[in-house]
Amino acid sequence: METFLAFVIGGLYAAGLYMMMRRSIVKLIIGLSLLAHAANLLIFTLGRLTRGEPALIPPGGIRPERPIADPLPQALILTAIVIGFGVQAFAVVLIKRAYQTVGTDDLDDMKSTDTG
Amino acid sequence: MNLILVLPLIVPLATAILTVLAGRWRWAQRWLSALGAAALLAAALALLEFVRREGIQVAYIGNWPAPYGITLAADLFSAIMLVLAGLMGLAVAVYSLASMDPARERFGYYPLLHILLMGVCGAFLTGDIFNLYVWFEVMLVSSFVLVALGGERAQLEGAIKYVTLNLMSSALFLAAVGSLYGVAGTLNMADLAVQLHQVAQPGLVTTLSILFLVAFGIKSAIFPLFFWLPASYHTPPVAVSAIFAGLLTKVGVYALIRVFTLLFVQDVAFTHTLILILAGLTMVTGVLGAVAQNSFRRILSFHIVSQIGYMIMGLGLFTPLALAGSVFYIAHHIIVKTNLFLISGVTQRLGGSDYLKKLGGFYAAYPGLGVLFLIPALSLAGIPPLSGFWAKLTLIVAGLDTGQYAIVAVALGVSLLTLFSMTKIWGEVFWKPAPARAALPASQVGLAGMILPIAVLALLTLSIGLLAEPLLALSTAAAEQLLNPAAYIQTVLGGR
Repeated sequence: METFLAFVIGGLYAAGLYMMMRRSIVKLIIGLSLLAHAANLLIFTLGRLTRGEPALIPPGGIRPERPIADPLPQALILTAIVIGFGVQAFAVVLIKRAYQTVGTDDLDDMKSTDTG
Repeated sequence: MNLILVLPLIVPLATAILTVLAGRWRWAQRWLSALGAAALLAAALALLEFVRREGIQVAYIGNWPAPYGITLAADLFSAIMLVLAGLMGLAVAVYSLASMDPARERFGYYPLLHILLMGVCGAFLTGDIFNLYVWFEVMLVSSFVLVALGGERAQLEGAIKYVTLNLMSSALFLAAVGSLYGVAGTLNMADLAVQLHQVAQPGLVTTLSILFLVAFGIKSAIFPLFFWLPASYHTPPVAVSAIFAGLLTKVGVYALIRVFTLLFVQDVAFTHTLILILAGLTMVTGVLGAVAQNSFRRILSFHIVSQIGYMIMGLGLFTPLALAGSVFYIAHHIIVKTNLFLISGVTQRLGGSDYLKKLGGFYAAYPGLGVLFLIPALSLAGIPPLSGFWAKLTLIVAGLDTGQYAIVAVALGVSLLTLFSMTKIWGEVFWKPAPARAALPASQVGLAGMILPIAVLALLTLSIGLLAEPLLALSTAAAEQLLNPAAYIQTVLGGR
């Protein structure tokens, strides 16, 4: 399972970076969200993939008896997803406004602040 | 719980909420914003004094003991940064009263400014690396809106680059935090410092440290990751530029210094030498970029990049004196750089442009403004007896002590080029006769409110220069704490 997820994560990173290197601002945003998903999956995989072992302590005990699935990485991912959701919503509105104001979706035509 | 540690977060949050509630009454919003910024400065000063007397302070949020819950921790370095954040917040809040246009005020400029300050303060205070990511995002989201607020063409183009590069950096940071958790099994920075010494594969830790270097490097605009900064910092209104220039990249530098003194000290010969090389390249590319520019704020933006190099240089040298120099440099730079941006706002208001070609004759018309410009400008270049001289002197002495002559030569050469850029601005904006143009009705309204924070910051630069001893002593104490993290770790984990 780790090997499979490693390929998925690598594929997401590659696809995200490829999209970001295109000139269209829409593809730029898609690339950014792919990068965020890749990072989330990476955290998920690195937090150890343990199946069917809930983090429960038996009655009367003070520590779990068997190795458990760590819930913390999932909490981290949840936080990151929520933040990413907000930021990407903002980014989508931003590119819409930029498209309306500048009149193009080509990043090559948005160089006035670099050269002016 | 230690209330004094939480105040720098609660005050800006409360101010932001109150300014939203007062949204319909512009005057109430403006006064609340200024008062809130003053209260933040007071809270930060109280915290600094407390930390200076009582040592490192810790607060456990929700009373969860470290390393399980989120911890806030303030050592001297954090406290100094908080005071600077409060100071810049107040200066910019007062400046905004005179310079911000009503349309932006109506669209929530003041709440965003205070949320930004809360994000910055949170990043300085947190003792948990994932929490640092969250504070970074709080800061970034409000800065995204501030940079685009107004919707001018240049702003939106700048915002796209700013947003893209910063989101990429966040994705890298997040991946690095996740990997670190996979390796060490904890997120509390003090606990990480302990655990990382016991990791079976030290090579993995060094690899992760480079991932952090890239993520924070984008945020602090070091070579070769700085391109978003000069493309976006000159596009929003001057007050927004000023607070960005003063604080945002410095949060990245703070994070770099924090993780490379507390967490990643396993392979100093490799990581810190790399940082030193990057510092030299950052200084040179920044200052050379500035030479080619012809607008006031674009020159200043490139100089931010160049100055970041000096701050990183102290970290790269990694001696007590060098880190003291870094802390001193950050304090000096935040005050001076914010002030220069604020001055560029005044010349823009009076001269009607940001381009050097269209400005001129300011020394003849406003000699007082000329003096106010010269103080931070010469301080930036490092002319004695101003604050920049002592900051550079400390770093250069530290460089000579460790025998790193190449970086010392670079630092001195870059100072000279900085002076060249500043004299270029001086010559074009102040000395050159005013260019013939259609008479612009220079609006004098509210000019006093813009000059007031500039004058106070210039006075501060002057007094740091003339009385360098107290700040230098404070920086040295902060550097001692950074280099001996045992006390920090003991205080945070002490409850166990």
